[in-house]
Amino acid sequence: MTVYVARRLLLSIPLLFGITAIIFFLAHHLPGGPLAMYLNTASVTAEQLQHLTVQLGLDKPVYVQYVEWLGRAVHGDFGRSFADGRPVLAVIFERLPATLELMGASFALSAILAFAVGITSALRRDSLFDYAVTVISYAGMSMPIFWLGILAIMLFGANLHWLPTAGMGTAGQPYSLSDNMRHLILPMCVLAAFTLAQESRYVRASMLDVVGQDYIRTARAKGLAERTVILKHALRNALIPVVTVMTLDAAYLLSGALVTETVFAWPGMGRLFYDSLREGNYPVVVGIAVMVSVLVVLLNIVADVLYGVLDPRIKYH
Amino acid sequence: MIDALSNQPGPIEALATEAEPIQRRTFWHRFFRRRNAVIGSAILIAVTTICVLGPMLWAKNPTAIDFLAFGKGPSLHHLMGSDDLGRDELTRILYGGRISILVGFLSMVIGIGIGGTVGAISGWLGGAFDFVVMRVVDIALSIPSLFLLLLLSVVFPPGVLSIAFIIGITNWMRPARLMRSQVLSLKPREYVEAAHAIGSPPWRILLRTITPNAVAPLIVDGTLLMGQAIVTEAVMSFLGFGVQPPIPSWGNMLTNAQTFIVSMPWLAIFPGFMVFVTVLGFNLVGDGLRDAL
Repeated sequence: MTVYVARRLLLSIPLLFGITAIIFFLAHHLPGGPLAMYLNTASVTAEQLQHLTVQLGLDKPVYVQYVEWLGRAVHGDFGRSFADGRPVLAVIFERLPATLELMGASFALSAILAFAVGITSALRRDSLFDYAVTVISYAGMSMPIFWLGILAIMLFGANLHWLPTAGMGTAGQPYSLSDNMRHLILPMCVLAAFTLAQESRYVRASMLDVVGQDYIRTARAKGLAERTVILKHALRNALIPVVTVMTLDAAYLLSGALVTETVFAWPGMGRLFYDSLREGNYPVVVGIAVMVSVLVVLLNIVADVLYGVLDPRIKYH
Repeated sequence: MIDALSNQPGPIEALATEAEPIQRRTFWHRFFRRRNAVIGSAILIAVTTICVLGPMLWAKNPTAIDFLAFGKGPSLHHLMGSDDLGRDELTRILYGGRISILVGFLSMVIGIGIGGTVGAISGWLGGAFDFVVMRVVDIALSIPSLFLLLLLSVVFPPGVLSIAFIIGITNWMRPARLMRSQVLSLKPREYVEAAHAIGSPPWRILLRTITPNAVAPLIVDGTLLMGQAIVTEAVMSFLGFGVQPPIPSWGNMLTNAQTFIVSMPWLAIFPGFMVFVTVLGFNLVGDGLRDAL
C-alpha cells in the first residue's frame, strides 16, 4: 500500500508539470500582459514599469520564466500579490480556511443525506418516496447553482429574514461560532444540492445492485436482523462505487465553491480567484489555479486508495 | 404471373431493405416508451420553438428601452415584466435563449468533434501516441473546470463564438475516453478483421467500419454535454466572464438580479428557470437515449 501511494505520488509529478505549464502560459497571455494591473494606474511611470519588468524577469523568454517560476514555486514561493505586495501563498492561506469550511460542510451534508435518502429509496423501491426522490434529484442535477443561490437569498434572506445571506459573520461583531454557523447554512445547502442529487442516485443504484446478491439472501437466511443485513452486509459493499464518486465530487465542489462564494460574498479562495482575475492580479490567479489543481490530483489518489481499503479484493501493484 | 414473381425481392435484398427500418422502429419505440424521454423531448422542442420563432411573434427589441416601464412587474404589455432599464424581459429571454442554444450546440460539436477524433485515433494507434494523449487527458481533467474556463475567457477575445469555443475545448476529455474505449473494444471484432482482410486502408476501416458502431455512447454524452454547456455559459455570463451585455443571455440577465431581489423578483426568477428547464430537458433526453440505445 505504502509503495502504491509513493508510486502514485511520483507519477503525479509529470502531471503537475503539465498543469503548471498550461496555467503559466495561459496567464502569460492574459490581456495587457503580466503587469496589466499597473498599466491603468496613472502614478506608475513608464520607467518604473520598465524597472519592474526587469526586476520580475518579465523581459526573458516565456519558457525561461516558467522554469524560474517553477523553481521558486516548489519552494513555496509563488511571487507577491500585486494588490498589496504580500507573498501569494500567505494571501491564499488566509482565504483557504473559509473555502475548506464551506466545502467540508457541503461535502458532509451531501454525503450523510445521500446515504440516508439513497438507502431508504432503494429499500422502498417504486414507493411514493422513491418516486419523489427521483424527481427531486433530477431537478437538483439540472439546477444551476448560482440560480439556486439567488432563490435561496430571495426566500430565506430577503423575504423571510430567517438567515443572513452574505459573508462569514455579522459585520462589526466579534467572531462567534453560532454566528458563523448561521452564515454557513445557506451557502452550504446551495453548494451541496448538486452533489446530493447525484450521490443519492448512486447510493440507490448501488444498493439495489447489492441487495439482489446471493450473500444478502444468505445473511437473511441465517436469521440476521434486517438492520444488520442492510447496514453491515449490504452497505459495506454498496459503498465501494459510491466512495469514488464522492471523492471526485469533492473536485467538483471546488468549482462550485467559486460560484457559491461569489453569490454569498463568502471570503474564500474561489472569490479571491474571481476578484484577482477581474483586477489582473496575475500572481494570485496563477497561485490559486495551481493550488486547486494540486488538490484535485491528491483527491484522485485518495479515491484510488480508498477503493482498495473498502474492497480488499483489489491488489495494488 | 411472371411479373409478380420478378417484383418479389430475393432473400438477400429483403434483408437489406427490411432489417434497417425494423431496428430503427424499435429504437424510437424503446425511446418513446420511457416517460423521462418523452417529457425531456417535449421540453426541448418547446424551448427551441419558442426561442427560434418567438421573437417573430413577440416583436420587441431586446435592447430597446421603454421609458414608461422601469422595473414594472409582469403585465399584458410586458408578459414577464421589464428590467431596471425598462427593457422587455420576455424579449430578452427569447433572444437569450437563442444564444444559449447556439453556444450549447456549438460547444457540443467542438467537444465531441475533438474528443471523438482524438479518442478514435488514440485507441486505433495505441502505443506511445495513446499514452501521451491519455496523459494530456489526465492533465486537462485535473484543473477544476470553472477556474480553467475563467482563465481562458480572459485570454480569448470576448464574444459568443469565443465562449462556445472555450466551453468546447474544455469538454473533449470525456468523449475522448469514451471513443477510445469503444475503438479498443471493437478493434478485435471479426468484421474489423474482415475489413482488414479485403484490403481496406486503415483510415477507411476506422471511419466506415468502426465509427458507425462506436457512436452510441457519444450521442448520449453529446446530449448531456449540451445541457452542461448551457449551464456553463450561464455561470460564466453570470460572473461577467461570458456573453457580454448588451447581448442578452440567460446568465448575464441574472448578474444584476441580486441587486433588485426585493424590488423586482421576476428578474431573478425567469432567466434561471429557463436554464433549469432546458438543462432538465437535455438530462432527461440523455438518460432516455442511454436506456434506448
